[in-house]
Amino acid sequence: MKYQSQSVAKAYFYCAMALFGIQVLGGLLAGWIYVSPNTLSEIVPFNVIRMIHTNALIVWLLLGFFGAAYFLVPEESERELFSVKLAYLQLIILMVGTLGAVGSYLVGIHGGREFLEQPLWVKFGILVAAVIFLFNISMTVLAGRKTAITNVLLMGLWLLCLLWVFAFINPENLSLDKMYWWMVVHLWVEATWELVMAAILGYLMLKLTGVDREVVEKWLYVIVATALFSGILGTGHHFYWIGTPGYWQWIGSIFSTFEVIPFFLMMSFAFVMVWKGRKNHPNKAALLWSLGSSTVAFFGAGVWGFLHTLHGVNFYSHGTQITAAHGHLAFYGAYVALNLAVFTYAMPMLRGRDPYNQVLNMASFWLMTGGMTFMTFVLTFAGTIQTHMQRVLGENYMEVQDSLSLFYLMRFGAGAAVVIGALLFIYSLVVARKREVIQPGPAQAVAGE
Amino acid sequence: MAEILTKTRARNIFYGGSIFFVVVFIALTAQSHRHIVKTSTAGMPLTEQVALGKHVWEKNSCINCHTLHGEGAYFAPEIGNVMTRWGVADDPETAYEILDGWMQAQPSGIEGRRQMPHFEITEEEMRALSEFLRWADQTDTQGWPPNDAG
Repeated sequence: MKYQSQSVAKAYFYCAMALFGIQVLGGLLAGWIYVSPNTLSEIVPFNVIRMIHTNALIVWLLLGFFGAAYFLVPEESERELFSVKLAYLQLIILMVGTLGAVGSYLVGIHGGREFLEQPLWVKFGILVAAVIFLFNISMTVLAGRKTAITNVLLMGLWLLCLLWVFAFINPENLSLDKMYWWMVVHLWVEATWELVMAAILGYLMLKLTGVDREVVEKWLYVIVATALFSGILGTGHHFYWIGTPGYWQWIGSIFSTFEVIPFFLMMSFAFVMVWKGRKNHPNKAALLWSLGSSTVAFFGAGVWGFLHTLHGVNFYSHGTQITAAHGHLAFYGAYVALNLAVFTYAMPMLRGRDPYNQVLNMASFWLMTGGMTFMTFVLTFAGTIQTHMQRVLGENYMEVQDSLSLFYLMRFGAGAAVVIGALLFIYSLVVARKREVIQPGPAQAVAGE
Repeated sequence: MAEILTKTRARNIFYGGSIFFVVVFIALTAQSHRHIVKTSTAGMPLTEQVALGKHVWEKNSCINCHTLHGEGAYFAPEIGNVMTRWGVADDPETAYEILDGWMQAQPSGIEGRRQMPHFEITEEEMRALSEFLRWADQTDTQGWPPNDAG
């Protein structure tokens, strides 16, 4: 760690991991309610648990992004952060807001637009925190060296903060409400967050593989160009059946097909950089997470997204377990795994120790990724059956659900593996050891090097 | 990548192309806004009662179990066409009575069956919720869902 102020990232990552724990435990509980529906039904109903599950996810991913920005911007800009105090203030506001939101959900105070259920004061808190962040990080970048990585990262973060304005716009007309709601939801995860993801991935590749900056940065611009060219009009795949005009069926189908490209490029980029790279970075776990993230994102966001994005298919599959399968793998691959890659890369430096506990960390990768993959498969099968029975044959929703119980049981098992993996991951980063448990073996010469 | 694509060129394509797509998107959004207001939701007036019903829908976080026009959680049935499913899309009084009867009976407490919570909703709010669901049902959703099962 070159700059003192990078250490604010540590606090962000700890808070993010705490919320990550809450998120996966909430998810496990929700998965259990599918198996045993009377659980807690009179005390904490399913809708409240789901709000905690989704909201905790969104906030911890954002905390991870903010923390990553505070970690990598000083290095890229070659100077200390504009203000460390502001960075901590921002974190306090976000944590008070998040815990306040969780508390108010538990006592029944919430809005009702999916993912944007936060009480108004929390929404304003997020807005204030976003403004503080943009000011702080922009002042740092403007005063220092400008790189493509900080350019793209800042552009993504600025745009995502600006789009937050749509969280306050809630027209009385339901169809308008839905259309503007997607300006936050879609344009976050399928446009601006992709810029953040690509920038962070570019930074990790630069550090882990030692490939020339010029090469990394050219790739980066190509990736984010394909992300926005496809992702902006790709919003159309959410405008098929909500009262918007019919032409979106064609625009949405065509452009969201192209949305596979940026994810394919990110995966190719990561692997090509590793092959080209000469550096043998000791943090193998961070490399595993980086490659894993781009690969799972390609399958989860790219392939599973394409699976049901064409309007002729979506007419039948819309709002079934197919959507749930895609949502889980896409978020896990693109944003969860990428954040965990950054944590894995940065934490040893932030704590001033060698990158050990690698074995535990890597085991947690396989547990989580295996669990998530299995969950995606069972939900895809459940969704296929649901689509056929309910949408083609026209059978009653609850009867169809009853016939899916075996899949929900398997989903719970998969979820349990993910939770164990998540807790193992947190343990491997948070609980410090003085020495490596296993002594490293003698370095092996690689043929041709 | 070929030499012809330099970093600067890639950057300029990124900026220029993004601005182009943003402009197209804003234009289409404006047109869609008009379409929603003038055509697709114009089948029934958006009264204060409907607006209140939407508020009731939101305040109780119904979306985190149900889907509405296919969006939401997948734990409970689709609501966008529930009034059609009940055969009361054109009958406000019966629509209210069925909705009220259903919601008063929750939670069912049946073992092994998903439980809908009990909600404290006044008669005025319940009537508004019913009208909101009728209003949502008449939206032109391009023929979705494929059948009454939702």
